[in-house]
Parts: sequence; structure tokens; C-alpha cells
Amino acid sequence: MVKEIPLVWLAASGCTGCSISLLNSAYPGIKNVLVDQIVPGVHINLRFHQTIMAGAGEQAIQVLEDTAREEKGNYLLAVDGAIPVAADGVYCVMGERGGKPVSLEDRFTEMARGALAILAVGTCSSFGGIPAAAPNPTGCQPLTKILKAKGINKPLVNIPGCPPHPDWVVGTIASILLNGLPKAEDLDDNLRPLAFYGKLIHENCPRRAYFDEGKFAKKPGDEGCLYELGCKGPITYSDCPLRRWNNGTNWVIGAGAPCNGCTQPEFPDLLAPFYEKLVDVELPTIGTYWASGNEKE
Amino acid sequence: MGKIVIDPVTRIEGHLKIEAVVENGVVKDARNTGNLFRGIELILKGRDPRDAQVITQRICGVCPQSHGVAATLCLDSAFGIADRIPDNARIIRNLIQGAHVAQDHILHFYHLAALDYVDITDVAQYEGGDSSLDSVKEFISRGELGPFLPRYEGDYRLPVELNQQAVAHYVQALEIRRIGHEMVSIFSGKIPHSVGIIPGGVTSTPTVDNILSFLWKLRTLQDFINNVYIPDVLAVANAYPDYFEIGVGCKKLLSYGAYDLDGKDPDLTRRQRLFKQGVISADFKPGEIDVAKIAEDVEHSWYDDSSSGLHPTKGETLPAYGKQRAYSWAKSPRYNGEVYEVGPLARIAVTYACGDPVVRELVDTSLAQLKASPSVLFSVLGRHLARALSAKFIADALEKWVLQLKPWEPTFAEYDIPEEGRGMGLTEAARGALGHWIEIKDRKIANYQCVVPTTWNVSPKDDKGNPGPIEQALIGTKVKDEANPFEIVRIIRSFDPCLACAVHLITPKGQDLRKLQVV
Repeated sequence: MVKEIPLVWLAASGCTGCSISLLNSAYPGIKNVLVDQIVPGVHINLRFHQTIMAGAGEQAIQVLEDTAREEKGNYLLAVDGAIPVAADGVYCVMGERGGKPVSLEDRFTEMARGALAILAVGTCSSFGGIPAAAPNPTGCQPLTKILKAKGINKPLVNIPGCPPHPDWVVGTIASILLNGLPKAEDLDDNLRPLAFYGKLIHENCPRRAYFDEGKFAKKPGDEGCLYELGCKGPITYSDCPLRRWNNGTNWVIGAGAPCNGCTQPEFPDLLAPFYEKLVDVELPTIGTYWASGNEKE
Repeated sequence: MGKIVIDPVTRIEGHLKIEAVVENGVVKDARNTGNLFRGIELILKGRDPRDAQVITQRICGVCPQSHGVAATLCLDSAFGIADRIPDNARIIRNLIQGAHVAQDHILHFYHLAALDYVDITDVAQYEGGDSSLDSVKEFISRGELGPFLPRYEGDYRLPVELNQQAVAHYVQALEIRRIGHEMVSIFSGKIPHSVGIIPGGVTSTPTVDNILSFLWKLRTLQDFINNVYIPDVLAVANAYPDYFEIGVGCKKLLSYGAYDLDGKDPDLTRRQRLFKQGVISADFKPGEIDVAKIAEDVEHSWYDDSSSGLHPTKGETLPAYGKQRAYSWAKSPRYNGEVYEVGPLARIAVTYACGDPVVRELVDTSLAQLKASPSVLFSVLGRHLARALSAKFIADALEKWVLQLKPWEPTFAEYDIPEEGRGMGLTEAARGALGHWIEIKDRKIANYQCVVPTTWNVSPKDDKGNPGPIEQALIGTKVKDEANPFEIVRIIRSFDPCLACAVHLITPKGQDLRKLQVV
């Protein structure tokens, strides 16, 4: 008997980039994720996802509401996009109830109450991201804030990145299916899985040797560390340099571009301008970093 | 008289609601509502101009690359370096954008549109040896068919074998479009939201190995487009021929043109491009575009009426949710006061009308197979066919361009950010004409405007009361079964709407939107 784990995916104030990134999952492929037993004996039953699902309108909303009622406590809830709360949430609405549009704030709150666990997919739902950038015109908030305001205490994992790597999303779900809900020690202070966000980009960067010898690129295309071109790798936690993107094809610094720190809660406002050198950060060289006791266990 | 409300419209990008008033089985009136507003242009104000390229990509995760290109062209012109971009960089930009658009067209047909025509449940009867179909059969037998059920029931016309083959192609297309993204990544680091295209050029340097890798991934795409995608579109056309007469729309098309073939003229509107710039209507006579004739109406949008009818660079937008007559966060861009549709149909039709021999041959050959005239292109199936031919036209051009790269030669021109400046970037996103405009003061963004493809297509009624292109395509449509309104969703999806793009529009004047909230 194959166990069916219902998954509901809500799109809030975002750009669908997180979902497109998920489509880029290579091994397992997205077909494996949707159709096959993603780990032996378990199938992820993606019931609701606006961009993929066959049904539309009321029949789609019905799926959402049926899942909340019939699968209470059993379903995973994934959200991409931040939740706009200004003006009673009119800036992002989906479906109607009694002839009135229902805000994503309400949809999320309703679905969150009955979820087994919640996945904040991408930087917008994890930390606010681009729509919450100054002046935050629509009052966008990350899921943590909404949950706190509503007094909902559910396991939450943040899987930031603009967008996140598909392995981070699929890997986090698979980890829940194989090992149960994440324990506090599996996550960092920002509720990110240490398995994917445990090290600084700077620690694993193939251009690190340039940094340590003080050889810096002065313009795009130059050899050298991209620090002076604005690279945020020294303060950004993710395994991009090792995992690489798009089925291992390349990654940001591999293409000669500076990291813009998109997995960080500081993205974008505190990391912009993106093409200006970081200021006011301590930048350890090899050896001193480890000696200063910064290593994450 | 009944009303069909579809909210959310799924298998599109973003938050869209459709209301159709139906009388005696015919759509009498239709309203499309953009249901998400973020205010990205307001967020851009006061930032380093170079960051526009990073932030505007986040307007849309489905077509970020086109925003990256439009922003970069816009910045090149504002920085006064539009004529100094090295050829290598111009070509790499084309490769990145072209690979992205080709995979986007495949994604649209198979993963967004196909489930309106293909009955996945026929795979339950599959008795072959294709392991991917066997696994879909097993999936169906387990009985939990999310996300493929529920759906509209009834009008699925493909024979069993073709349905099964189409499902196999749906699965294959997932892999093919992923390879398309790998092509983007070769030169642009990652995708969605890639990093390679920057003002002055691109960040990466071509090498023989990445040229070869791009070429062979491309050949995988070309093989699929030629031997699977285009034949599948024709197969759907044969089974649903009435959709050459459904969803006709406004019969006025606009294309900015895209993919610079030379980079020497600083005026984008005078450059040689693969897709041509222009407007056409039913007579297929090409007309030139004067971008000064673009204006945005807001009478039926949730913005204050005082800002109606202005050119995007001069607009002033005051959100007014609940305003009488208004029903969308999308504005109504109009060209010369008239309604225009944008998208692959527009760029194929304009390029065809301009006499491009390759496009003429592609279109004429397909139409001959269908025994149809060019006028059928104004339809649901015409849009799908044009999208498939657009994918082929781009992919075949990429093959030539990638071999023009000169390994290790420069890809970047240096510049200084000016104290003051203005720029414009025009290109074609997968979904149609995309324009960015910037005004720089004190080396910061003073004003940034995007007029994006879906805003044209999902625009509500304008100040004259003329419905937008999708609304026009819906009005007059016969709906056979109001409980399963296939006609409506097939028409909407033929436009491939992208609401995250459409509804971000605001002219930044520094107001706090929360204070301006009218309701």
C-alpha cells in the first residue's frame, strides 16, 4: 500500500520563479516527484498548485477547502510569495466566498491551521524578499510573522533562495518523509535546513584562493575574486558552489557574476546595491575563520 | 442570463479571475481581473540603476530573462553605451534569451495548455512497454490523481492512442524544457533569475567547451520541436478544427521585435532584429511603430482617473481599490488609442508580413498542411501554432549564432553611471512586447516603468469602453456546457497570460500606497 501525503502549494505575492525552479529538479525529475513514489512506499499527492493543476475556478478552490477539512493534520503546506497584509490583503486575492474575494492572508491562515508542517519556499515567504523591499508598498510579510500574529504554532521550515534550488525543496520534503519533521538542531537560526544552508558560499567558493591572495577582479570577465564587484558570498549561506544549478550546469560565480545573497534574510535591501563592495563585514581568510570558532557543527 | 466566474484561472502564471456573462449559450460580456499587485516599480525608485536588472527579473519567474534583457537594453541606452556592446556579448544575450523563450513555449504548450485537450485518464488502458507511461498508469491505478483531477469533463477528442502519446510527450517535455534551462545556465549562471546579462555586456566569457555544450543541448531541443512539438500542435489542430474560428480577438497585433542582429545603432527601433518590429491587422500589411503613441488608460483599473491616457514615462498612478467601474489591477495600454494583442502570434505575423523568407516558409508550409489561409492565425489554434513556429525559428537561429562566438574575446564594455539620463529597452518576452523605461537622477533611479506583454492582453476596458484583447476574444464565444466552459479556458490559455508581469505597474512618485488607499 502506497502512502499518500497530500501537498497543497499556495502562490502568494511572488513571481512563480520558485515553482519553475522546482520544475528543474533533475534527479528525481519533476515527473518522479509528481507521479512516482518519491521515496519507496510514499507518493506526494500534489492536490493544489495553481500553475500545474488541471482544474480551475471553484473546482480548484473546492480541492483546497476539502483538503483542509478531510486531511486535517495530514497535509504539507508549501507557500511561495510573501503575504501582503496592507489594506486588508486586497493586493493578493484568490477565489471568492459569498461573492467577496478571499485574501491570500486568509487562505494561508486557514490552510496553516490544519497543516502537518509548513514549507516557506523561496525568500519572499521565508523573509519577505523582493515584494517586501522598501517601501514595501503592499505590506508584505514572511510566513513566520503571519503565523505569530495569528497564534498558529506549526512546524515551519524556511527554504529561501530567489529562487531556491530544486534540490533544497525536494530534499527538504524527502527528509520529512524519511526522517520525520525536522528537529531544532537540523535548522539554523533562520529556520533553514543546515543540510543545504550550513556553510557560507565563501567557504566553498572555487575563487576563494584569489580572495586569500588578494587578487580581485576589477571588471566583469577579469580573473580573480568578485568581492570588489559586489559579491555577497562572504555572508551568504548556501551550498551553491558545490551543488551548482540547472542539473549541475553552472552557478552564479561560475558565470563570472557576483552572488547577490538571495538566500539571506537581508535580501534585497541590506545587500543592495548588488554591484557595490560589501562594507562593514569581517572577512576572515583561510585559517582565521576556523580558529575564531565560527564553524557550524 | 448567467454568469460564469473562474477564479483562479489555473495553468497560467499568477492570479487571474474571469467573469463571463452568458446569454443563450453565448458570451455577451467578459471581464478579466488581475488579482495581485506588488508595486515593483515603486520598489525600484531611489536604487542604483544597475540593480534594475536584478529586481525587474523578479517581476516574473517564468520570463525573468526577458525582463533582464529589457532592463539591460534600457540601462545601456541610459549609460550611453548602447552602440559599444561587443558582438560576443550581443550574441550571448541572444543565446540566453532565445534558449529561455524556446523552452518557455514548450512549457506552455505541454504543461499549461495541453490538459485542455488531452485526456490523461486514457493512460489507464495503456498496454505498451514505455516505462514512463507504465508509471503514469500505476499512478492512475492508485486513485489519487491530484493535480490532474478534478478538471472540466466532456470535450476531449483525441483518440486513445494519441492521448497516451501526448501524455508521454508531456513527460518528455518536462525534461526537454529543463535542458533548455541548462542552455541558459551555461552563459548565465542559473535560471530562474539568472545573472549573466548586465549593462555593458555579459559576465561570462565564451569557451569552446561551453559553445559545444550549448550546441548539443540545443540540438536536443530542435529535435523535440521539429519532431514532437510541431506535429503535436498539428494533431491537436486536426482534432479541434473549430478552434481556428474560436477566440479570434481584436485582429490587431504589435511586436517590438527581438534579438539584435547588429548592435551598432544606438536607437533600438532602427536595429536589424530576428523578429521584426511593427503592427499589423487583418490585411497583413506591416506598419511601423511610434513608441510615443503608447498610452495607458485606467478608467476600469483600480487607479485614480486623473492618471489616465498618459505615456508610460509620464504616468502618475494612484491606487484606488474599489473605484467605481474598475475591476482590475491591470491597466489598459493602448497603441494609437486602439486595442492591440501581443505575443508569439504578433511577432510571427509581423515578421511574416515583413517578408522574412524563413518565417514565410514556416507559416506557409504549416498552413498548407492544414489547408488554411493566414487569416486562421487569429484564433486559439493560430496562437498555439505561431508559438510552436516561434520556438523553431528561434532555435534554428541559435544554432547559427552560437557558432559565431569568438572564444575568449571580450564580452564587456566599461561605463560610468551618468548623473542624469534616460533610457528605453524594447524586446519580445515569450508572451510578447516588453518595454522598460528609466529616468536617472543623481545616479539613482528617479523613475522606472515597465509595460509588459500580459498587461496588453489582460487589459480591462479602456476609457472609450473598448474591451481588452482577451475580453474581445471571449465575447461572442459559444459555450456548449456552462458547467465545463472549455471554450473560455482554452481561449484564455492560448494567450499564455502571465499575471505577475501584468500587475506590477505603478509610476513611482514616492507616495505611500497605504495612505492613498481610497477604500
